[in-house]
Amino acid sequence: MNKPAASPAAARRAPNPAHLALLPMALTALVVYLGSMLWSLRISMSSSRSLPMQDFVGLAQYQRLFANERWLHSLHNLALYTPLFIAASLVVGFLLAVLVDRQARAGGLLRAVFLYPYALSFIATGLIWQWLLNPELGIQQAVHGWGFAGFRFDWLVDQDRVIYTLVIATVWQGAGLVMAILLAGLRAIDADILRAARLDGVPAWRIHVSIVIPMLGFSFATAALLLLTAAVKLYDAVIAMTQGGPGTASEVPAKFIMDHLFGRANIALASAGATIMVLTAVALLAPLLYARRRALRASR
Amino acid sequence: MPVALKRMIVATLLLAAGSAAGAAGPRAEVMHWWTSGGESAAVRTLADAYRAAGGTWLDSAIAGSEQARAVALSRIAGGDPPTAALFNASRQFRDLIDQGLLNNVDAVAERDHWAQFLPASILDAVRVNGHYYAAPVSIHMPTWIWYSKAAFRKAGIAAEPRDFNELFAALDRLKAAGLIPLAHGGQAWQDNIVFRAVLANQGGAALYLQIFRDRDARAIASSEFRAVLTTFKRLHSYVDAGSPGRNWNDATALLITGRAGVQIMGDWVKAEFAGAHQDAGRDYGCIPGFGPRSPYIIQGDAFIFPKSSDPQALRAQLLLAGTVTSGAAQLAFSSRKGSIPIRADIDVHTLDPCAQLGVSIMKDRTRQLGNDESYLTPDQNGAMADVLTDYWNRDRDVAAVQRNIAAALRE
Repeated sequence: MNKPAASPAAARRAPNPAHLALLPMALTALVVYLGSMLWSLRISMSSSRSLPMQDFVGLAQYQRLFANERWLHSLHNLALYTPLFIAASLVVGFLLAVLVDRQARAGGLLRAVFLYPYALSFIATGLIWQWLLNPELGIQQAVHGWGFAGFRFDWLVDQDRVIYTLVIATVWQGAGLVMAILLAGLRAIDADILRAARLDGVPAWRIHVSIVIPMLGFSFATAALLLLTAAVKLYDAVIAMTQGGPGTASEVPAKFIMDHLFGRANIALASAGATIMVLTAVALLAPLLYARRRALRASR
Repeated sequence: MPVALKRMIVATLLLAAGSAAGAAGPRAEVMHWWTSGGESAAVRTLADAYRAAGGTWLDSAIAGSEQARAVALSRIAGGDPPTAALFNASRQFRDLIDQGLLNNVDAVAERDHWAQFLPASILDAVRVNGHYYAAPVSIHMPTWIWYSKAAFRKAGIAAEPRDFNELFAALDRLKAAGLIPLAHGGQAWQDNIVFRAVLANQGGAALYLQIFRDRDARAIASSEFRAVLTTFKRLHSYVDAGSPGRNWNDATALLITGRAGVQIMGDWVKAEFAGAHQDAGRDYGCIPGFGPRSPYIIQGDAFIFPKSSDPQALRAQLLLAGTVTSGAAQLAFSSRKGSIPIRADIDVHTLDPCAQLGVSIMKDRTRQLGNDESYLTPDQNGAMADVLTDYWNRDRDVAAVQRNIAAALRE
């Protein structure tokens, strides 16, 4: 909005130092990210197994991919997981942010406590979740020990419910980040608006629903964007908690890709899967990015 | 003083350089995944043997077999290969041979007459088109049936089960005694081991080979194979609720503490028992299979030797191939690894009773069978494991499972 006024000719002569400074990063992004993507696309159209090959087999790997029951099941699991994970993280994160915001004294401490899970490696915390949720070791066993023999909480070993345990554990991890983003948004809201509403006798819940949440649009969109990318690449939680099991009940696309890339020595099929994941992510992210930009414009 | 110090440093550096140049024996960077306590003690015996033979062993250990192989593959593809890398003696390195990326060690293999003492399935894996591309180091047997003597006593089981009927009877008694009958880790590869144990012992060697080696559609659709799948599924009713996702060593711990009766797993569990100061024959029993003709499934590990621009590499590789397969190195290595030696021509009375039992079975060549990986590509093997773990965990129509296995092996 307030660019320095320079003649077009002068701009052409002297390159913008900011652009120059960003050049290495831009090159890295182009060569490493885009280059790797194109390389994966190329490999996905070859018959490569353990080593890259330069032949061309068209879309045969994609045909094989979509005939594969485990891949389809992985996509189904991700479709179930993603909306639940994002919705639950946003709701829990928002409630935490409001809680922290209203605590003048303990706010700083609470913020650190809630953000802490995000700072821990999920490979470590996932193992603890596995123990907690294991019916023979964890919560179920403890409640039995207190005398409630009928209590059942065995979702981790239940074919149809295991995916929800992944939602629980990853929301625990992700909600702190949402809280931090929304808290920053909350603090940026003009205190006079809230004071005026309070003077008018508007109840606190109504202030949050009708004023705060609409004004947090940009923060919500940012959080949703981060959560969506986290959901699509869901991998470490599965590895640490279920290894895709019981059976294939908690398989996800990223694990399918990693398994075929290394253990099953089929990098062509893995690359086809990776390409599909990139396309899916772009298709999902584009509307979100658009919404985020609109929210940003609206907030100015 | 500073000048004197400087001179001293220079002299020391020169001395170090001189001694390095003097020890210009073969240098081998060896990549492997043997990182647990017992495993690293085992690999140290190989390093010692290599040093004693005049070589320099550069240890490059990477935790996790898949990761280690992935790193080795990418270094080979990137033109910076290690001198030797550990793979399973299987089809895992067939692509590397086909693309001409491996050196052969024919000179050593023919000098030491490998063809005379290697089991057929190992020989088939390391010898391709008449050339030897890998040096085998160990033979594991993945489908042993282990049992806790304390648990058997508690359940009143007097004799070792000798067939599947007796095994199921024993499992029923264990269940009645309030113990976990079958200690099982519900991970796809462990489900797969239980399946192979049933296929080899109930289906027999002929059916085993028809399924894995021939990928015979008629055998997969047969009623014998259906019976194997039914027995496999029946074993699932003897696992506890905590089984899904459990690690194999946690399952072994259930046997060690006497809370569970039986585990079907490879002979690497002996390291867990040894770690808890339990002895074969006294605290736990090992059943290699049912009946006097039960097959012995061979899961081998072998070093491969990537081609390199370094002219010294081949010399180091040949020395390594000769050293790790020698009788003395094999004996020292096996006693720590829990495996049995790759050669039948050495005295094994120093090994534990289960290993001695294994060696005596191996003497009968007709009882040797390759592991699934010896016959299937990693991809086929993985697709089949997906079908089996799904069947183990869900209620599936057996006929549909047979069709899915046929589809998995068709690729």
